[in-house]
Amino acid sequence: MSGLWLAVLAGGVGCYLLKLAGLAVPPAVLDRGWVRRTADLVPVALLAALVAVQVASDGPRLVLDARVAGLAAAVVLLVLRAPFLLVVAGAAASAALLRLLAG
Amino acid sequence: MSGAIPPSHSDAVVAARRGVVRDGLGVALATGTYGISFGAVSVASGLSVTQTCVLSLLMFTGASQFALVGVVASGGAPVSAAATAWLLGTRNTLYGLRLGPLLGWRGRRRVLAAHLVIDESTAMSVTRPDNDLARLGFLVTGGGVFVLWNLFTLLGAVGGTVLGDPRTYGLDAAVGAAFLALLWPRLADPLHRLAAVLAAAVALGLVPVTAAGVPVLAAGGVALLMGLLARREAP
Repeated sequence: MSGLWLAVLAGGVGCYLLKLAGLAVPPAVLDRGWVRRTADLVPVALLAALVAVQVASDGPRLVLDARVAGLAAAVVLLVLRAPFLLVVAGAAASAALLRLLAG
Repeated sequence: MSGAIPPSHSDAVVAARRGVVRDGLGVALATGTYGISFGAVSVASGLSVTQTCVLSLLMFTGASQFALVGVVASGGAPVSAAATAWLLGTRNTLYGLRLGPLLGWRGRRRVLAAHLVIDESTAMSVTRPDNDLARLGFLVTGGGVFVLWNLFTLLGAVGGTVLGDPRTYGLDAAVGAAFLALLWPRLADPLHRLAAVLAAAVALGLVPVTAAGVPVLAAGGVALLMGLLARREAP
C-alpha cells in the first residue's frame, strides 16, 4: 500500500474513532480543565501553523512569493465577511494574477 | 403528529421543525459546496481523485482533510499527515461529549451518528430548545453536509485534474487562505490570538531544521503547553 493510501485510511479511521469516543465515553473521563483548554487551543495552533507553513515555506526553505499576496487578499476578504469560497477563490486569483504579471 | 396534541401546539411544533430543517439545509449548502475547493486542492497536493473522495467519505471533517493534504503537499511523511489530521479531529471528541446526552442514542444509531459529528451539525444541534429538535438539527445538517461535501469533493477533484499546473491558478495560495478562513472565527479571543502567533512562529522556526510535517505537529505542543499553564476555563 502506498504511503498516501496509508495516510488517507489511517487518518480517516482515526478521525472517525475520535468522533465516536466523544459520543461513547462517559463525559467525566475527558471533562477536565486542562483537557478542555488544550482541546480548545489545538485547532487554533494547528491552523495558524498550517497557514504559516503553507504560505511561507518551500520544502525546508522559508520563502516569500505570490502566496503572500494571496493571503493578504484572503485577510481583506475575511474582514469584509466574504463567504469561504470567495475567500479561497480570491486568494488563488490574486496569486495567479501576480504570477501572470511577474511573468 | 399524535392526535392527543392540541392543534395550536401541533402547528407550533411543525413550524419549529420546519425552521430547524430550513436552517440545517442552508448551512449544509454553504458548507457542502466548499468541498469543491477541497477536491481541487487535494489533487493539486498529489492525491488521486479516488484518494480524495475516499478521504471525504471516511474522514468527513473539513479542517482535518485540508490539514492532511497540506502536510502531504509540503512533503511531509504519511504519519505526520495522519497525525495532524487526528489532532485537529480531537475537537469533534469534545463536540461528542456535548451531543451525547442531547441525542441520547445507543448501539448502531450511535455508531452511525458519530460519523456526522462535525462543527456544523454540532452548532445546529446544541442551540435547540429540546432533544427532539436537537436530533433533527443534527441529522439534517450532518446528513446534508455529508451528501453535498462528498458530491462537491468529486467535482473539485475531477475539475482539478484537468487544470494542469495548480500554481498557474494560484491553488497553492488557496490552501493557506482556506486554513486562514477556518481559523478566522476563532481569533476573537485574545488567548487564541496569542496561541496562533506562538504556533505560527514555532512552526516557521522549525521549517528549516526539521522534516516536513513536524513544524505543524510541534504547534500542537504549543497548544498543550498553553492548556496546561493557562489558569482560566475555556469558554
